[in-house]
Amino acid sequence: MADLVSHPDEVKVVSRRFGQGATNLDRFLELDGYKAVQKALGMEPDAIVNEVKASGLRGRGGAGFSTGMKWSFVPKTAPKPKYVLCNGDESEPGTCKDRLIFEHDPHSVIEGVMIAGLAVGAQSGYIYIRGEYRYLSIIMQKAIADAYSQGFIGKNIFGSGRDFDVYWHGGAGAYEVGEESALMESLEGKRGIPRIRPPFPAVVGLWGGPTVINNAETLANVPHIILGGGDWFAKLGTPKNGGTRLFCLSGNIAKPGVYELPMGYNLKKMIYDVGGGIPGGRKLKAVVPGGASCPCLTADEVDVAMDFDSVAKAGSMLGSGGVVVVDDAQCIVKFALRTMKFYKHESCGWCIPCREGTDWLEKTLTRFHKGGGMMKDIDNMQYLAENMLGRTFCPLGDAAAMPTIAFVKKFRKEFEDHLDGKPCPYEKVGAAEPILAMAH
Amino acid sequence: MKFSDEFEARFAEMVPHYPTKRSALVPTLLYAQDEVGFLSDEVIAEIAGRLDLTELEVRNVISYYSMLTTKPRGKFHVQVCTNISCMVRGGEEILQHCAAKLGVGHKQTTADGMFSLEEVECIGGCSWAPAVQVNYDFHENLTAQKMDAVLDGYRKRI
Repeated sequence: MADLVSHPDEVKVVSRRFGQGATNLDRFLELDGYKAVQKALGMEPDAIVNEVKASGLRGRGGAGFSTGMKWSFVPKTAPKPKYVLCNGDESEPGTCKDRLIFEHDPHSVIEGVMIAGLAVGAQSGYIYIRGEYRYLSIIMQKAIADAYSQGFIGKNIFGSGRDFDVYWHGGAGAYEVGEESALMESLEGKRGIPRIRPPFPAVVGLWGGPTVINNAETLANVPHIILGGGDWFAKLGTPKNGGTRLFCLSGNIAKPGVYELPMGYNLKKMIYDVGGGIPGGRKLKAVVPGGASCPCLTADEVDVAMDFDSVAKAGSMLGSGGVVVVDDAQCIVKFALRTMKFYKHESCGWCIPCREGTDWLEKTLTRFHKGGGMMKDIDNMQYLAENMLGRTFCPLGDAAAMPTIAFVKKFRKEFEDHLDGKPCPYEKVGAAEPILAMAH
Repeated sequence: MKFSDEFEARFAEMVPHYPTKRSALVPTLLYAQDEVGFLSDEVIAEIAGRLDLTELEVRNVISYYSMLTTKPRGKFHVQVCTNISCMVRGGEEILQHCAAKLGVGHKQTTADGMFSLEEVECIGGCSWAPAVQVNYDFHENLTAQKMDAVLDGYRKRI
């Protein structure tokens, strides 16, 4: 349903089967489907973990933690059943990649869940898909049913004598549930309130059992690693950043779309070559490199390699792969306000720094954008945001604070230009009054 | 309280997937809402009973999830994303256009019960912005004209 794009620089690993009819099980099998899990059935669990470690695969949900390392934290023996949980609650603004994986290659996620299960000794896995993606949950439910009907999942998979069940689970609209501990709460039928850690999910997770939680894109990479080898995968990217990444180009860009590019691909090239640059004769103002929670980069900062370590060195995060391009017809104060409105809406209210912080920041930014800002507000916003950092159970507080700090620091002049009751000087000419003030 | 056979089949299949009954709660609520239109007192009591929960526990969960509602919505629920990727490509204009066209605001329903409007957070249509969901259907790369055609299309479905 979502349009596919392509570019010669793409290296297709996760997107290899996109547009190939791989939702059909027979077609998936023709395209090397379920070969990796059969290979993994002949491997020792430690060998699977080591292969994934060697691949340099890091979590595609945003944190960028080593997947193989995460798997190795699961204890070998446990008093309770172990689980694999696929995080398909994709909700980070700017991110729309898991949607394509579920739409075009649902079996690759199932296969990834199974291999993760073999690696950690789990016998069942859950694929959590956000509630808005109903059409994808229908695709996934059919894929699971087809795999059961062939005996690929269930009892005695591929005649190995081992059992593995895969289930689908649906959300009902909550960004925070994309955070691993809130995700487990949601799957257990509760409000998506984060859990305090330790204990980490690898030790005490779903229903108290050790649980591996990986993003859908991370798991979809796993079968390719098992078949192609960790070394092959590692070499596709940069040191310690194996493989490719689905980059979701959006915003003020000529050719938006989801492109699979090697880890470490230059951001400037991504914007101007792959994405076709900024349309309408406009200039680049800022880029949010990895979804709404990542600090923005200015037009002067975009000559950066898009891997976890390089973007971190540039003061931001690779995040979830959502590259939001902002042109010079946009107002950064308004952009910051819309970002904060989102976090205020999504904050669960459990931790006071996040609940109160997002509320105060949204109120201040709203007033500011309307021309009611005071000079001291600028420093106050930064001070308030800095005091949210690291003071909440889950990273939602940080996710709200980090972009705000960057907007204030890097675009202070735009904030100052809103002072003294002046109308916003940056809004698109002729643009309608923002609807943000509508009754809620 | 009677649900459709399809709902019952789904519910019966889903519950054994989990070690605790309550785990089926969130998807069950959404399917029930799809069928009834909203989570009425009757629906809440029924689902609470089936999953061995109190009604309060169920309401506590409902209030957390933005797709779940205890108030009726229009037959076609128009959800306009105005988050950053959509905003810079005219998402707010689409919302205003819908509001003017339908004569309702955020979380309001037309008098004939046909349409309701909601400004929503990111729905995963970022690379195809601006994006709107009507019930579960995605409509993307929208302009005001395209939005008119989308709304007219739903109106004709009645």
